[in-house]
Amino acid sequence: MEYILEPWPWYISGPCIAIVMFILLYFGRTFGMSSNLRTLCAIGGAGKKVDFFKFDWKAQRWNLVVVLGAIVGGFIAHNFLSNPIDIDLSQQTVLDLNALGFNDTGKSLLPPELFSWENVLSIKGLLILTIGGFLVGFGTRYAGGCTSGHAITGLSSLQLPSLVAVVGFFIGGLIMIHLIYPILF
Amino acid sequence: MSKYIKFFLVGLFFGIVLVKSEAVSWYRIFEMFKFQSFHMYGIIGSAVTTGILLLLISKKIKLKTIKGNLLTVPKKDSGFKRYIIGGSIFGLGWALCGACPGPMYILFGTGAFSIIIVLIAAIFGTYMYGILKDKLPH
Repeated sequence: MEYILEPWPWYISGPCIAIVMFILLYFGRTFGMSSNLRTLCAIGGAGKKVDFFKFDWKAQRWNLVVVLGAIVGGFIAHNFLSNPIDIDLSQQTVLDLNALGFNDTGKSLLPPELFSWENVLSIKGLLILTIGGFLVGFGTRYAGGCTSGHAITGLSSLQLPSLVAVVGFFIGGLIMIHLIYPILF
Repeated sequence: MSKYIKFFLVGLFFGIVLVKSEAVSWYRIFEMFKFQSFHMYGIIGSAVTTGILLLLISKKIKLKTIKGNLLTVPKKDSGFKRYIIGGSIFGLGWALCGACPGPMYILFGTGAFSIIIVLIAAIFGTYMYGILKDKLPH
């Protein structure tokens, strides 16, 4: 039990994620978390205006159930399967974050500087989260998948388009962290 | 209803793994893009390695899905622009808010409710892609 309560090392977590992908394939489905964003658009009635959302979303209900399970899994893992300890970030990361004005690094999953309601409801905080979310939702559909669809499923099946997409993920991520963060914070 | 239970359990396991691995943490994503820890690379690398092995084995033994078809991964459409441009846009957002789609749902479950703002924005981003799709290079 003690091992479960501690943070899981990468060599346990990574194979577990591969097993999730594999079980879904065994069930005749594909691992893809961002597809649900499209499904949610379709449920909201977007298919009436835009052809891209005109599809049989009911065939995607299984994936929404995966999401529901993931939400409950997050609740259980966070509240019942975790010792309250800080994230063991590298020393240099902590120093870099302090220099950008992030304190209390690793004391929670998300930095209060961005995700506390006080900051979420400030103009700058709201812009960061909405622009960030928008780019994720737009980019993932444009690229035809996110981390689960491309980085895990696509790379595991040795597909070149997924490798290109993952290179893209890193181009965008590196530009954001190394060039844009120093301007923002 | 019972056919959905297995999907719920897969999701449950996925949510637990991503929290316990700290892959849902904004801090871990920042650290990854700074190349300051092996943690996230270890997770993705060992996931892909395991995935490759599982798919090779299932191909070798001609494993069938519960629907009776051979277990295969659908082929992505060919192309370059959509993957590199779309991927880069995704990466900008991923690093800015520190969460990709899976973790957005899971973080909500951990009680980080303000992530709902990011999720709503992501749904809107997907909607905008649907509108602009035919005008974008693919």
